[in-house]
Amino acid sequence: MQTTIALAGNPNAGKTTLFNALTGAHQHVGNYPGVTVEKKCGAFTFNDKTFNVVDLPGTYSLTAYSLEEVVARDFLAIEKPDIVVNIVDASNLERNLYLSLQLMEMGLPVCIALNMMDVAQKRGITIDIEKLSNLLGVPVIPTIARNGRKGAAELVEALYKMVDRNHKNGDVVSPIININISYGIDIDSALLDIEKIICDYSFMTDKYPTRWIALKFMENDEQIIQLAQKHGELFERVLCDKCLRDPDSCPACQQISRKCDTQLMQKVAQIVTRLTQHLQQTASTYPEAVIADQRYGYIRSLLRQGVITHHYDQNRLETSDKIDKILTHRLFGPLFMGAILYAMYYFTFNYSELPVSWVEGFFGLLASVIDNFLSDGMLKSLIVSGIIDGVGGVLGFVPLIMFMFFFIAILEDSGYLARVAFMLDRVFRIFGLHGSSVMPFIISGGIAGGCAVPGIMATRTLKSPKERLATLLTVPFMNCGAKLPIFLLLIAAFFQEHRALLMFLITITAWIGALLAAKLFRSTIIKGESTPFVMELPPYRLPTIKSVIIHTWERTWQYIKKAGTVILGISVILWAMMTFPAPPANVDNSAPETALKYSIAGRIGSSIEGITQLAGFDWRINIALLGGFAAKEVIVSTLGTAYSLSDADPKEVDTLEQRLKSESNFGPLTALSLILFTMFYAPCFVSVVCLSRESGSWKWGLFSVFFNTGFAFTLSVILYQTGSLMGF
Amino acid sequence: MNHQMRLRHRGGKMALRQMKDKERGVIIAVNATGEMGRRIRDMGLVPGAEISIQGRAPLYDPVAVRIMGFTLTLRNNEADYIMVETESDKTLQESEKEYAAA
Repeated sequence: MQTTIALAGNPNAGKTTLFNALTGAHQHVGNYPGVTVEKKCGAFTFNDKTFNVVDLPGTYSLTAYSLEEVVARDFLAIEKPDIVVNIVDASNLERNLYLSLQLMEMGLPVCIALNMMDVAQKRGITIDIEKLSNLLGVPVIPTIARNGRKGAAELVEALYKMVDRNHKNGDVVSPIININISYGIDIDSALLDIEKIICDYSFMTDKYPTRWIALKFMENDEQIIQLAQKHGELFERVLCDKCLRDPDSCPACQQISRKCDTQLMQKVAQIVTRLTQHLQQTASTYPEAVIADQRYGYIRSLLRQGVITHHYDQNRLETSDKIDKILTHRLFGPLFMGAILYAMYYFTFNYSELPVSWVEGFFGLLASVIDNFLSDGMLKSLIVSGIIDGVGGVLGFVPLIMFMFFFIAILEDSGYLARVAFMLDRVFRIFGLHGSSVMPFIISGGIAGGCAVPGIMATRTLKSPKERLATLLTVPFMNCGAKLPIFLLLIAAFFQEHRALLMFLITITAWIGALLAAKLFRSTIIKGESTPFVMELPPYRLPTIKSVIIHTWERTWQYIKKAGTVILGISVILWAMMTFPAPPANVDNSAPETALKYSIAGRIGSSIEGITQLAGFDWRINIALLGGFAAKEVIVSTLGTAYSLSDADPKEVDTLEQRLKSESNFGPLTALSLILFTMFYAPCFVSVVCLSRESGSWKWGLFSVFFNTGFAFTLSVILYQTGSLMGF
Repeated sequence: MNHQMRLRHRGGKMALRQMKDKERGVIIAVNATGEMGRRIRDMGLVPGAEISIQGRAPLYDPVAVRIMGFTLTLRNNEADYIMVETESDKTLQESEKEYAAA
């Protein structure tokens, strides 16, 4: 006998920690169908029963505005879990119970896990658990999820009992209770009227309690209203088809058709409009405002019945607030933030060097083994240059991603990330972004040398969909570590005396470009009001090692699994493009340049030379940039091949540097144009894959390829042409 | 005279944005509708709730507010929708009493 349990609760209430405590290692992460909201599932066994646990996204409410709320609500309504474990933060009871009430209003069998009892105690809060349980009519189990598994065993036992009892009651898990909160006489009577209409039309009565549906109509809930409109159309059509044929012969039809006179939605809308007008005139308020007020009122009166005792002033400064005095201080706050971000960056990119070199060493070894083992030919070239180089390149990112997410998990779990968003929101809002956008930007190379792949994945900490998409599309403009070699090469060749200045300008240009592009997106294709910044600053907490490790591993594994498979295919295609067709035997193909020029890639490079000359790029640069689609590192090595260096090892950039300097058609202006283009053109394939997945559509991945290339080319042409006119 | 005094001192009612750091008050109205209104109310910013200003971001926006024992951030333009009666009103009433006594 299997039982499904859904974990619901506010963000920061310790939901994930409890989930980990319950399921241990038996969990897997996926997405809810069609959306990028993460779905975590796990299981545990107690006595003879197996419990499947689903961790719902953390929400404060069950309205249908944010994606997380829709996902949570749909799951609860459609999957009908046997029990909903509502994790409630005991140190923050009043606000947490707001969600509990809504769960109970949905008629769900709720069991409350009263978490963070230790924190509540420290804050001088005593809770009469039995009283709370009696007043709400649901079991309440105190837990401390983060300190080992205190309370977890009791919780499991309570769940077992609930299932057991429900099964004895005829194998159907019935709603334990149905709370009916009074919303005042006006709303209550209107609710009754709407309920009657809902019953007449049997609108979703199989899914939700009628009172809940009525409440949603009153709250102007978009999802329910849409469903009702569809339902109305459907209802009418079915009837009218029958009635048209022979209206008199079908008495049932006649009966219903009277009801069909006005559609469900119209009837309901009438009642809601009337009530809204009434409330506007008498109290200048709205039904949804009254409903929220009454829910909080209900909670307050419930807590006042001796459930909760505060031993200190509720607004007393906790340790967390004292820390905030410094960490969000006008002067020290930004300084400290800079230091933290820099340290994170420094550790990630310096200390991942060693494991990255291990991975690279492994693939190097693999390549040389195959090199010795197989005879020269197409197969060897495919395996070594196509598969191993391609897949190895992708897996080379893995240590970097692990390090990055390790630090992000710490910053996120400790509560500091919310402070970063808080401090920087004012700046990022100017460009239509959100305070939380800063982290992805920094990681992607806001300080030159990051990587867009973890940057793109880090946008998950952003909860506002529009701001998130704008961030996703602009982080690839940052100067990732793979773009650096080409910058360094060109600077060394042409601007040796202004190295520092140029690197600084490159970084600044990337930021300006990204932020302006974000502004452009937010005022055109992703237009819309900014999402409200109503955000909780959770108290500082020491992150648990377990959750940090699980977090890091989940992200890393997702990257390996999904990006790896697609990248394999793409690297083979790129390899083929740069290999086939081979030059005919009568052509001297000892120089790699000749073979390259003869290949598809070479032909493409030559054929678009006419256009790219506007930006100062000849066919060699074109091929290199084409290779840069696979990974930006390839630009330098392909340039090496294209400029006929026998060994195109990027380590020998010195020679390439000399070669470029001596080229007549390659001057400082070409170099600047190429730097600008490299900075802004299409993200590498790994980034495109991640971007598509995170935005939920390949459309955005393709958009970034074409838009960015067009954007970069325009900038480069402007620069090159202006420069040429000025005589450089 | 007394009535006028009171009117003048009724600076106690204001939008949340105008509250000073550390100032305490009680929400009297939330004038936002739609998504904004719902988000604000869902977080417990409803009439009758006690709040105090915890601090402001380095650029004075957003503002951090203490409510029901936790901390919440709002942008200034969102704080404009929330009307608050500050506690300074109480002290004013006291000073009024003193004034009357004198």
